[in-house]
Amino acid sequence: MTLEIRGVTKRFGALVANDAISLSVAKGEVLALLGENGAGKTTLMNILFGHYTADDGEILVDGRMLPPGDTRAAIAAGVGMVHQHFALADNMTVLENITLGTERLWAWRSGTAAARRRILAMADAYGLAVDPDRRVDELSVGEKQRVEILKALYRDARILILDEPTSVLTPQEADRLFATLKAMTAQGLSIIFISHKLHEILAVSDRVTVLRRGAVVGTVATRDADRASLAELMVGRKVARPRVEHLEPGRPVVEFDAVSVAGPGGSVMLDRVTLTVREREIVGLAGVAGNGQSALAALLGGTAAPSSGEIRIEGEAIRRFTPRELIRRRVGRIPEDRQATGVVGDMTVWENLVAERLREKPLWRWGRIVDFAACRAYARRLVEQYDIRGGGVDGSIRLLSGGNMQKLILARTLDRGPRFILASQPVRGLDEGAIAAVHQRLLDAKRDGAAVLVISEDLDEILAIADRVVVIHAGRTSAPIGVGDADARRLGLMMAGVEA
Amino acid sequence: MTFELREHTPVWLAVAAPVAAVAVSLLLCSVLILWTGQPVLNAYRLLVGGAFGSGFGIAETLTRATPLILTGLAAAVAFRARFWNIGAEGQLYCGALAATWLGTGMIDLPPLLLIPLLFLGGAVAGGTALLLPALLKLRLKVDEVVTTLLLNFVILLLVSFLLEGPWKDPMSLGWPQAVPIVDEGVLPVLLAKSRLHLGLLVGLAAALLLWAVMRWSIWGYEIRAVGHNPRAAAFFGIPVDLTMLRVALVSGGLAGMAGVGEVAGLKGYLTLDLSPGFGYAGIAVAMLAALHPLGVVLSAVFLAGIYVGADSMSRAVNIPTYIADVLVASSVLAVLVSLMLVRFRVRFR
Repeated sequence: MTLEIRGVTKRFGALVANDAISLSVAKGEVLALLGENGAGKTTLMNILFGHYTADDGEILVDGRMLPPGDTRAAIAAGVGMVHQHFALADNMTVLENITLGTERLWAWRSGTAAARRRILAMADAYGLAVDPDRRVDELSVGEKQRVEILKALYRDARILILDEPTSVLTPQEADRLFATLKAMTAQGLSIIFISHKLHEILAVSDRVTVLRRGAVVGTVATRDADRASLAELMVGRKVARPRVEHLEPGRPVVEFDAVSVAGPGGSVMLDRVTLTVREREIVGLAGVAGNGQSALAALLGGTAAPSSGEIRIEGEAIRRFTPRELIRRRVGRIPEDRQATGVVGDMTVWENLVAERLREKPLWRWGRIVDFAACRAYARRLVEQYDIRGGGVDGSIRLLSGGNMQKLILARTLDRGPRFILASQPVRGLDEGAIAAVHQRLLDAKRDGAAVLVISEDLDEILAIADRVVVIHAGRTSAPIGVGDADARRLGLMMAGVEA
Repeated sequence: MTFELREHTPVWLAVAAPVAAVAVSLLLCSVLILWTGQPVLNAYRLLVGGAFGSGFGIAETLTRATPLILTGLAAAVAFRARFWNIGAEGQLYCGALAATWLGTGMIDLPPLLLIPLLFLGGAVAGGTALLLPALLKLRLKVDEVVTTLLLNFVILLLVSFLLEGPWKDPMSLGWPQAVPIVDEGVLPVLLAKSRLHLGLLVGLAAALLLWAVMRWSIWGYEIRAVGHNPRAAAFFGIPVDLTMLRVALVSGGLAGMAGVGEVAGLKGYLTLDLSPGFGYAGIAVAMLAALHPLGVVLSAVFLAGIYVGADSMSRAVNIPTYIADVLVASSVLAVLVSLMLVRFRVRFR
């Protein structure tokens, strides 16, 4: 089975997301689709899967054209997609999730037994071990991904699209996924593997097609490629990574003393976490998503309180866990989900920039009435200083790219001169240029004496900017490891809960 | 067919869209008018003439618009915060109850003090009536659409009980109506030989004040932030619950003041048919105005004009007054569609 994409173009307003893209995948081949965030990978796959219709171009499966904008036709033609964000019903079993929508509406009875046999056979053939009768919300992220793959295979997918499949996996789980992919290609399946991580692409693919700003800039055989050549092709220039200086840390700024957070139904989100972040250092908190990072971030964001234990900022215990109290204690907060928590999308750039300075003079007269001129002037200064592009101070936040949105949040936070900065997933979804800018800002803040805690699921990011690494697993934190003594292998084992 | 978010909305489109929407609804309703066998243009001429063609017509339209401005503002401010207050009808009656309680001889005050007191009492009563659904929403996550809607019937039954029982006017010859408001409490008439009363000025002042608050004050900022994204608002340190309660008090209070105006300005006494659905019509007014406080004034006058005009049209030619409801409903639908077209671009493939 082969897939061919010919001259696909897709515009969103003035933005050309896909510019006459052509590529092909042969039977039994892994094609890697490499590109920065915003290069058009996801848009292209959404067109292929029928979520979007292309403005121009065509898609052929085995020489037959796929009708545009028709997801059912894509599935019927054997295209299966594993989304970056899983589309699973949490309150149903694995079996139900896989068979959902495949049974005839007027069938007398559901063919559960046959379905279970088929799922087990597929799971066995490709190393996708998962219990069909467990509820999806009991599964680990890696298992959920296996369910997604099984879901596609159950619909007889012969071409499988995996969108950033390793972003939620530990290194060990990723290795296991790669073995599965090998088994599938051996059976003649074709795979499109979307990623921006070079080492994975080199490990798993046969050919690489590189996208940049919506256009194909090259297709190379993986065996002829190396990291440097792919990186340059992807970015179009050599990227200067910020230089990390390891400074002498000062006094502790934030101290966690046996802090626990209880979750719903008696579960434990954080389990007696003890952690110290000092002046002039960046501590990286590594872990697979869902191991308590969000609970920890909520504490320091002021949106949750611990059930036991004490958190001290500059030696003084926090009694009231409210956003205002933490802002007052000069905690700078960069939220995990910048669109949902970090900004109000329907408000303007200046309104979002003053959001942590409500009632403050001179932006608000008598602490009540907005001074438009002062607010705009303040916003213009930050827009200039932090290089926030798109829309101007009166433009809507929706017009900003992810990178500029993050720069806005950084501007809002850092302009207050925070003593401690909590950065949750600060570069998630950003392109190389924006990543470098965000990291540079954090490093600058560190040099100016701030204590920084970076929470990330991306080990490469943590190893790139942190001075010390703490691993979080099942709500427990490890002892800190100097970044010089840490390597991806060891941290990966710790992230999976294996004592290293 | 797909919808894509516009990056920039051209000014002409934002202006033309609602106008076009009203034109479309007039066009749709002309089919119904044709069905009755009347010439369409003549019918519309009679409608516009009846509403705006004479001093009397304009006064009637503005009288009708008075409660609609206040209930429209009530809906607009609540909807801005994504607090779906469907209970303006009940809150209006709460305001009317308060005005009746305070204004039928309970206290003896000169008009200059009594009239503001009646409005204040009505606002407090209406606001309190909305506080309960707001608290239920915040504390127990009870859906406010259900509670505010159902509370309307509870309040109406309370009014019915009072009018049939303890508050019944012994001089009313058996009709279920309350004792009239004392002379000191009756709102002055603005225009000689008309029913237009002080309530209109209260409504206009409320619209101006609300507009200024939404635009310039920290409360306006907080209400918009909470409405657009409560999670982010909480993250910024905005007291989301307090903002919701504030919105509930203001929204219910405005609706309550509409009830005061009707009792003390128009009818003079409380009856069960005080409001022919002003509370619900307020939602249409707010939607038509895209939740803008000053737009609410215009759309309230527009809706009132349709009702008054349709009344006079149906007297002149044989078209039922129900055409007014159809016109209002189709205009609201058309405006909602037009607002979506302003926000999104439609692409056909």
